[in-house]
Amino acid sequence: MKRQSFLCLAGLAAAVSFSACKPSGSSGGGGGGSTGGKLVVGFSQIGADNPWRTAETESVKAEAAKRGIELKFSDAQGQQEAQISAIRSFIAQGVSAIILAPKVETGWDGILKEVKAAKIPVVLVDRGVTVTDPSLFATLIASDFVAEGRMAGEWLVKKSGGKAGIIQLEGTTGAAPANDRKKGFEAAIAGSPDMKVLASQTGDFKRSDGKNVMEALIKAHGAAITAVYAHNDDMAIGAIQALEAAGRQPGKDVTVVSIDGMGFAFEAIKEGKLNCTVECNPLLGPMAFDAVAKALKGEELPKQLVQEDRLFDETNAPAELPNRKY
Amino acid sequence: MKEIRSTLVWPLVALVVLLVFNAVASPGFFHVEWKDGRLFGTVVDIFNQGARVPMLLALGMTLVIATGGVDLSVGSIMAVSGAVAAMQVNAGASMGQAVAAGLGLATLLGLVNGVLIARVGLQPIIATLVMMVAGRGLAMLLTGSQMVPFANRSLTWLANGSVGGLPVPVVLVLLLAGVTGWLLRRTAAGLFIEATGDNEKASRLAGIQTGGVRLAVYGFSGFCAGLSGVLEAANISAADPARIGDTRELDAIFAVVAGGTALTGGRFSLAGSVVGALLLQTLTLTLYNQNVAPAVAPVPKAVVILAVCLLHSPRLRARFGKRTQSVAA
Repeated sequence: MKRQSFLCLAGLAAAVSFSACKPSGSSGGGGGGSTGGKLVVGFSQIGADNPWRTAETESVKAEAAKRGIELKFSDAQGQQEAQISAIRSFIAQGVSAIILAPKVETGWDGILKEVKAAKIPVVLVDRGVTVTDPSLFATLIASDFVAEGRMAGEWLVKKSGGKAGIIQLEGTTGAAPANDRKKGFEAAIAGSPDMKVLASQTGDFKRSDGKNVMEALIKAHGAAITAVYAHNDDMAIGAIQALEAAGRQPGKDVTVVSIDGMGFAFEAIKEGKLNCTVECNPLLGPMAFDAVAKALKGEELPKQLVQEDRLFDETNAPAELPNRKY
Repeated sequence: MKEIRSTLVWPLVALVVLLVFNAVASPGFFHVEWKDGRLFGTVVDIFNQGARVPMLLALGMTLVIATGGVDLSVGSIMAVSGAVAAMQVNAGASMGQAVAAGLGLATLLGLVNGVLIARVGLQPIIATLVMMVAGRGLAMLLTGSQMVPFANRSLTWLANGSVGGLPVPVVLVLLLAGVTGWLLRRTAAGLFIEATGDNEKASRLAGIQTGGVRLAVYGFSGFCAGLSGVLEAANISAADPARIGDTRELDAIFAVVAGGTALTGGRFSLAGSVVGALLLQTLTLTLYNQNVAPAVAPVPKAVVILAVCLLHSPRLRARFGKRTQSVAA
């Protein structure tokens, strides 16, 4: 009886994971291994759980098509194990280079050693890895989260004339973007004694939590709140909803600043409810393939290449809105 | 019944202690004002945010736990129902149709749990764990893994509107809790649930359809989770398939246990679970108000949870009681 239940469970789980795989169109550029003279590159993506990541994937695919490179694409559905087996199959298929967006920082030594043994360069995008031997990857292309926080902070200091009562909505506790965006922002306002962070609480990068936390803090701090700094656009939208429900005017009597530069944030800027968003650019494709080309030529690359991020407020956001790809 | 009354005392004591602390430490905690035709204040937030998720999930979870089971899938079922309701209004359905579709599918998923447990014989923790994974996958599948924003005013009213000055979710959930409690205690249904959890075999031999009881409680838990998912989506005018309800099943289990319903099954207290959910939400808002750093916030939370659970422990209470007796003598 017990065994039977277990089998049934396993079957069900398999069915589930199979059906969950289907929608994101994980099969990449068709056809077999190496096509006559064409460069073949493998790209292991974490998943497609948010528009940012989808935009990153599209950017890599588009850049590969533009350069006439055949891309082997694998969507890992959020599983590190799936990424490792995808990389192993890239080696078997004889790709020339591998682009990897790692799910987590640790646990990559083994598979990256296999890749190195096959003499295939690895370019990491948007997240780093912790490995004992730094020669296991060519370079990491990512945004500088500290710089993003600093840009947001400097903009707010200028906008508010150096005087503000700020609510900070932090990202997921312990996550690198949350830590760094907090660090950069707090460094930027440190020189202005009248820029005060009234409260700094986590909204877990979620719209609903951003709203819940903001609802509570509005009651605790009331009219002292003149600005909100959210570590991502989702929490900023939640905070805007909470402010409106409390009869405040976000964008006017409360300045709202956030990071990510998603399409809906641009809409909110256009409506005058969000004041500014610092882009965290997911369009890493061009830089990634530049790095691949250099690595294949045997050039030594710096261990980290920083993607330039731009800041958008009411002066330049409306013009940019039609160009947003995510 | 008397025993249940006494278990309700402990979460109430914890809640009162917490409220007294707030009365001293955060001025304005009990300040409630009338704003735009509705009540506005921290206490209202506790009820509103508490009703929308922990209280609602705890309602279903209480009955499931009373049968000796557990439902880990409620967070994922929230994601499914929120996504379905959002997609329905975007496709032109009315608020009523969208909510019905979301609740219908959520109840169905709950019943699937029930079938796996009562008919196939899977352990509740395994069956609902499967549904936890499958439900999240289903929500992602339906939405193509993307957030689904909507602009239907009737649907957003469900979470942001007010009835007689009270937030709609509070009215809805207290009504649901009241009706459920009344039905279970006025009919034999409550007794059947407790009997199933206490000794399933004996209950079956006594003529209780324990399979049907289990099927019903998981279906009800799915329904509650579905309503919670719809309210969460309505609250932010968007369904977030990847993150709505994530780890909230644990909040529900805490609320139930803090309310005096034992995980071993056999007895339950809906009122206790409602108080447990309020305790949890009060704790969360207290930590926000005191601006406790998010990294250390789980520690005071754990301390309060542990304290309430220790107060519930009969063995510890017996020892404590003996000592006070001997002191008195």
